[in-house]
Amino acid sequence: MRKLTWFNTVSLTLGFAFLYIPIVILVIYSFNKSKLVTVWGGFSPKWYGELLQNQAFLDAAKVTLQVGVVSSTLATVLGTMAAFVIVRGGRFYGRTLFSGMIYAPLVMPEVITGLSLLLLFIAIGMDRGVMTIVLAHATFSMCYVSVVVSSRLVSFDQSLEEAAQDLGCTPWDAFKSVTLPIIAPAVFSGWLLAFTLSLDDLVIASFTSGPASTTLPIKIFSSVRLGVSPEINALSTIMIALVTVGVVTASIVSKRAIAQQKRDEQMAEQ
Amino acid sequence: MNVSRKFLIGVPYVWLLILFLIPFLIVFKIALSDYAVSIPPYAPTLDLANGWQGILDLLSGLDFENFAFLLDDDLYWKAYLSSVQIAATATLLTLLVGFPIAYGMVNAPDEWRPSLMMLVILPFWTSFLIRVYAWIGILSNEGLLNSFLLWLGVISEPLIILNTNIAVYIGIVYTYLPFMILPIYASLEKLDASLLEAAQDLGCTRIGAFWAVTVHLAKPGIIAGCFLVFIPALGEVVIPSLLGGSRTLMIGKVLWEEFFSNRDWTVASAVAIILLLILVIPIVLFQRNEQKQREAGQ
Repeated sequence: MRKLTWFNTVSLTLGFAFLYIPIVILVIYSFNKSKLVTVWGGFSPKWYGELLQNQAFLDAAKVTLQVGVVSSTLATVLGTMAAFVIVRGGRFYGRTLFSGMIYAPLVMPEVITGLSLLLLFIAIGMDRGVMTIVLAHATFSMCYVSVVVSSRLVSFDQSLEEAAQDLGCTPWDAFKSVTLPIIAPAVFSGWLLAFTLSLDDLVIASFTSGPASTTLPIKIFSSVRLGVSPEINALSTIMIALVTVGVVTASIVSKRAIAQQKRDEQMAEQ
Repeated sequence: MNVSRKFLIGVPYVWLLILFLIPFLIVFKIALSDYAVSIPPYAPTLDLANGWQGILDLLSGLDFENFAFLLDDDLYWKAYLSSVQIAATATLLTLLVGFPIAYGMVNAPDEWRPSLMMLVILPFWTSFLIRVYAWIGILSNEGLLNSFLLWLGVISEPLIILNTNIAVYIGIVYTYLPFMILPIYASLEKLDASLLEAAQDLGCTRIGAFWAVTVHLAKPGIIAGCFLVFIPALGEVVIPSLLGGSRTLMIGKVLWEEFFSNRDWTVASAVAIILLLILVIPIVLFQRNEQKQREAGQ
């Protein structure tokens, strides 16, 4: 049987310590009273207060959320469409080019994606701002969404949809009442992935943003270049807390949904 | 072809043509243009007002001068070589750190596994920038690692780690570790302990059995993990900018600086094209490996 040897225990302990100690230190030092990041000056939440007073950060956070919500929603619609084209599109003129364009952005270095989009926006004379970041983010995240959704579509039994149509549904009704509920978890995780990618992106946003549309990562990057600051620690802690709560909730919800689906399938078989 | 199918294919197709393929062709075109003190800072530009003559004028103005410039200037050579060397070393280090963790996860009790999995994936959802930033406070001269080692008495003077290549290695290993652990874990999950016993019964030593069975089974995962780390590490910008020093040469950073500091778009575009040509090799190898796995799985 499988069992943990001492070597396994040691490597798991050290491995997870390596993964989590830097984050834990960051969180602890966000409550440091001292301005010096390496000296512990006592517990204080004052940097959180300062952060909330800092208009530049608040503005950047607002831009980031706007870009995140709009671009990930666009990416989800486009990516789901692309997934259907790839899995069920059949043959059409330029199919190879299409799948190439879906997979290439996944391995394209961010600097190149950013540079090329910026040059496009300049060539067509489009002012850089929130809109251009949204277009850029939607483009690269739609590829991630389409990978997530198409992996679900491949395992989806198409006869269910045909059965609904035989029973009198229009294709659109069949899609709405059969296909969509089944692929919904994948579409949702695609959206979540696109949203996090957008919140996280520094490089592409730096190329495509204008002077009035600084996102949070751009703001963090420019202040971090000057060294460690307790305000950034506080900001990081808030972001880490939000992500942790979000991911843990999402995993519990999806686990329940899978359990429910299994129960339903068993019921249907009986 | 009915209307809805045309719509379904057309919308994402046109979107990608405009926002992926055309921008890419523009980079290629600008890489062949010449630097000019104008807005935009390159020449020639396309002048459609002149019709065909405009397009011909454009084509006759393009040349490979920027690429010749890159070949001449050894800064770029060194940057490409050192990117490959840094990315390869960091990939190897990630494998050395990641393999024991994946192996430990496989041997862990079944009821732990979902939680361990979650612990590996969670950092991936956390901001990349923040995870890189976290190391600045740890590795700097007055940072926590140095304070700790000085306090222990292991060293008498602070180690200089931040702003060196060592810090870049640490940063890459740390941020890309999940990409290495997950594929190795996935391929080891099928590991059957009785195979190890059988190998030992047949006269293998424990280490021999480990090599013949475990490492062999993990091979597809190891190969996939290495590519998943190497490919993005090669074009990395954030890690060398924040953790590396002025002497850390990585091509992503060079491109970034060429664009934002020097404002020479033509050279930046040429640097981008060559970076892509270098990346084609590992990407094609990766695709082949995946293809082989899929065929073997069927």
